[in-house]
Amino acid sequence: MAIAQSPSASGLPYRWRRSIEAVLLPILALLVALIIFGGFCALAGANPLAVYGSIYKAAFGRWSAWQNTLIRAAPLMLTALCTALPARLGLVIIGNEGALVIGGLAAVVTALGVGTALPPLLVQLAMAVAALVAGGLWIMLAGALRHYRGVNETISSLLLNYIAIALMNHLVEGPLRDPNFVTKPSSYEIAELNWLGEIPGSRIHWGLLYGLVACVIAYGLIQRTSFGFAARAAGSNVRAARMAGLPVGQLTLAVCFLGGSAAGLAGMVEVAAVQKRLNESLVSNYGYAGILVAFVSRHNPLATVLVAILLGGILASGGILQRSHGLPDATVLVFQGIVFLCILASDSFYGRLPGFREG
Amino acid sequence: MRDRTPRLSPTFSRRQIMRGLMATTAFGLTARFGTACTSDSSSSAGGDGGGGDEETVVGFIYVGPKDDFGYNQAHAEGAQAMASVPGIRIVEEASVPETTAVSETMRSMIEVDGAKVLFPTSFGYFDPYILELAPEFPEVQFFHAGGLYQDGMPDNVGSYFGYIDEAQYVAGVVAGHMTQSGKLGFVAAKPIPQVLRNINSYTLGAKSVKPEITTQVIFTGDWALPVKEAEATNSMVDQGIDVITCHVDSPKVVMETAEKRGVFCTGYHANQAPLAPNGYLTGAEWDWSSIYTRLGEDFVAGKTLMAGDIDNLLRGGLAENFCKLSAYASIVPDAAQADAETARDQLISKELVIFEGELKDNKGNTIIPAGEEYEQQNLELEKMDWLIEGVKGSVGS
Amino acid sequence: MAAEALGWWGVPLGIIAGTLRGSAPFLFVSLGECITEKSGKINLGLEGTLLMGAMSAYAVSYLAQGWLGPVWSPWLGVLAAGLSGTLLGLIHGWLAQQPRVNDVAVGIAMIIFGSGLAFFLGKPFIQPQAPPLPTFEWGSWSQLPQMRAALRVSPLFLLGVAIAPLLQWFFRATRWGLQIRAVGDSPQAARAMGISVFKVRLASIVAGSFLAGIGGACLSLYYPGVWTERISSGQGLMAVALVIFARWNPIQCLWASLLFGGAQAIGPAFQSVGIDSYYYLFNAAPYILTLLIMILTCSPQRTLAGSPGALGQDD
Repeated sequence: MAIAQSPSASGLPYRWRRSIEAVLLPILALLVALIIFGGFCALAGANPLAVYGSIYKAAFGRWSAWQNTLIRAAPLMLTALCTALPARLGLVIIGNEGALVIGGLAAVVTALGVGTALPPLLVQLAMAVAALVAGGLWIMLAGALRHYRGVNETISSLLLNYIAIALMNHLVEGPLRDPNFVTKPSSYEIAELNWLGEIPGSRIHWGLLYGLVACVIAYGLIQRTSFGFAARAAGSNVRAARMAGLPVGQLTLAVCFLGGSAAGLAGMVEVAAVQKRLNESLVSNYGYAGILVAFVSRHNPLATVLVAILLGGILASGGILQRSHGLPDATVLVFQGIVFLCILASDSFYGRLPGFREG
Repeated sequence: MRDRTPRLSPTFSRRQIMRGLMATTAFGLTARFGTACTSDSSSSAGGDGGGGDEETVVGFIYVGPKDDFGYNQAHAEGAQAMASVPGIRIVEEASVPETTAVSETMRSMIEVDGAKVLFPTSFGYFDPYILELAPEFPEVQFFHAGGLYQDGMPDNVGSYFGYIDEAQYVAGVVAGHMTQSGKLGFVAAKPIPQVLRNINSYTLGAKSVKPEITTQVIFTGDWALPVKEAEATNSMVDQGIDVITCHVDSPKVVMETAEKRGVFCTGYHANQAPLAPNGYLTGAEWDWSSIYTRLGEDFVAGKTLMAGDIDNLLRGGLAENFCKLSAYASIVPDAAQADAETARDQLISKELVIFEGELKDNKGNTIIPAGEEYEQQNLELEKMDWLIEGVKGSVGS
Repeated sequence: MAAEALGWWGVPLGIIAGTLRGSAPFLFVSLGECITEKSGKINLGLEGTLLMGAMSAYAVSYLAQGWLGPVWSPWLGVLAAGLSGTLLGLIHGWLAQQPRVNDVAVGIAMIIFGSGLAFFLGKPFIQPQAPPLPTFEWGSWSQLPQMRAALRVSPLFLLGVAIAPLLQWFFRATRWGLQIRAVGDSPQAARAMGISVFKVRLASIVAGSFLAGIGGACLSLYYPGVWTERISSGQGLMAVALVIFARWNPIQCLWASLLFGGAQAIGPAFQSVGIDSYYYLFNAAPYILTLLIMILTCSPQRTLAGSPGALGQDD
């Protein structure tokens, strides 16, 4: 990956050029995606310009739209870390959905166990800790299998998703089931005192803050600590890191634990702020979307925030495509697919744009 | 696990009271905010649509695609019927999951499209999403399919609920006549009260013909799992079951598989006769068009839930046109048709009560003592967690 | 009409029948993924390909029945499914080989794109009934209707069964097969041999996608034989794990597909004889089993036998 630096058309210093490039490329990709999607809409009989206008208005047009976008972005920031942190060590974890479900399960069980015996803040703390630990251990299992048994972590974490969801479904139809809640098999409700409320002056729940803080901490951890340095070093070359005496095993377990705990926390936020109980609605693709967010942000936790907001905006605009333009519900999926494919493709253009070309 | 509901009802009611209190306080707090919001949006909606003031915007929200040959399609067809009422404009959004997404969709329909009435149709939208949003928009009416409205809930929330188990009962009568083996099959998604009620009614209808009939239930675990549904149907046929029905989002797979295996089937949600021309006997169908048209006319006439012009709990069965039966197939003998028609007439005239004592569950517990009966409005039925004697299956996983 | 009840015998028969019916999509997708992974790339996007294949097969079979008749139009549908898979494979094959682009990420984006496209274009075909593929009635000797139904075998399934050993031979004995393996084990070495890594991988991914598309046709034109948006319920994603379960060996892909196909029948078959607890856990059985087998057979000291050396590594 090391690219030889050499003077080129642009007289700017190397670092600056890379930074401008890092901003410019995704924007160009987004524009290309919009053009392709516009063509798609035109074929489907909608006016592309009107569609762009509606998407902007529905996602970022006003404060209410922004809130819609941020609410959808909040869980994605947390689930993305589940892929982004282990990726620093060269691991491809896709068990985000499972870790989220297990985190939600742990949070609900904790909340139901503690009840109202403790002050709400402590209960919320206990729920968060339970979710962090449970989600962390869940993904750490994939890391441990990788390290001790050589099991491919991508596949094992994928399988763990299905197992987590089956376990949750089993529990909410069996031991945890609240027979008085009739719309779907669900656990008992978390006591209202312990719900995670909204940020004052908005309808955005506190989960957004959790997500932002987690991303900032993750960034600091990776970029500013010796742990992060060791992880990055080991990620770029495991064999060399082993030779240099880095504890690759412990690092593997640690990044997996941290990643899983972020997704677990997303599960806690989802049950404590949104669902208030445990049921199948917890499985709503935040985990899989998080994988993409992580890759598109190149596993940089700060970029994750921006990409999560972008995806949140796309999701927020999905409804307006149906309501104002008569496009079917699948249009937003096509839009997402095009945007992500374009941004992923743009990654390969680093150092290949005119003016940014490597010597 | 055999939690009989009466013991638990105190918790339920306390919770409802809590909700009510919460709703009223929240109402006070948000009234100002809410009106500010809507005045802002109604001007913008007027600017966008330019349709004039008389037009009432009604929003419909579906949990899946609109054309699934089942639950969502039944509602979407009803919505189309309402759209043809002059003065009504509908906006629709499909594939909205039961997460914050539905809250945001409802809000956006109110603020952006200027919707004054909302129909979030999925069963799971009610609690917490509708109950949490309704106090914030006290001038918007929220209608939900499923009889979940309780006193103390916000007065701009309404439930409408069809006793489709009446149609299932009649279909069960037909099935009881047609089965040779005395074994019926029911492919179900999840053991929730609505589903259990259909299973029980179907079985009771069949048992009214031959008391020794049994119904095998297979839960697939989710609302739409085509392969599992086909597998469940096949394994039932292997066990000698010769009439099959279902309660899943889209009955298409079950009907077609039953047809391929050469057994009878009865439909659900909509008319599936074209899918199984040889084996389709009859079916329990929703009749949302009639209800939605009626409600649409009420909205245009300015009637609201809040003013008490529309009941917060609209319920009905065959008599009130909430549900209907598919036409009997020609292979159903006259005697069976006559029996089914009798049951139908008696259900319409309320002579026949489906759940009457003595009724035992399939573990031998008495659910309804002799001499008592649960009329359709009885709330116990909406918290059903038992399967009656003669049903093979269990409600816990 | 009235069939004798099979009782407990219904469980093994149900599982065997479910295996014959339900394993064809797994078989095609896993063989496709096997080719792809042998060349050193992972394609998680086969879930989208499967849906796209299912939709195009159903749509073409329905649209073409007018001029081809209901006998041949499903076969044109199968071809269309393969072609739609090819198109998605071209996108994946090109994109996943660009510098700095990760194949897992592209795969997940392709799931979204492929399923979105399939749902978008498939709306008009949910309602109509398309002519299905014909089946061989191998059970006509039996008195038992259950047996007759169980032995109603799809020609596509047989095709898949035939492809498995062919593919085995292809990898072992042909020049192309050798090239794919070489590229998958060590791209550098392959380059030194004068093989175009890019072209070989592109061809492998496209061929894999073609097969996965046909897997989709099995779903919509054979079993369960409908087009709905929930038709695949994760089978395409599962095939990725299945290939590892099968150690990148086409013959073992066949056995693994039979196992996974049969596993889908376990839950319903047990419930039909009265074992009605733990059905979620029964339904999760294939995942648990795969994980257990991976744990038991992997070792940190050596890579898995048959594992392509360059799999999942950026180069």
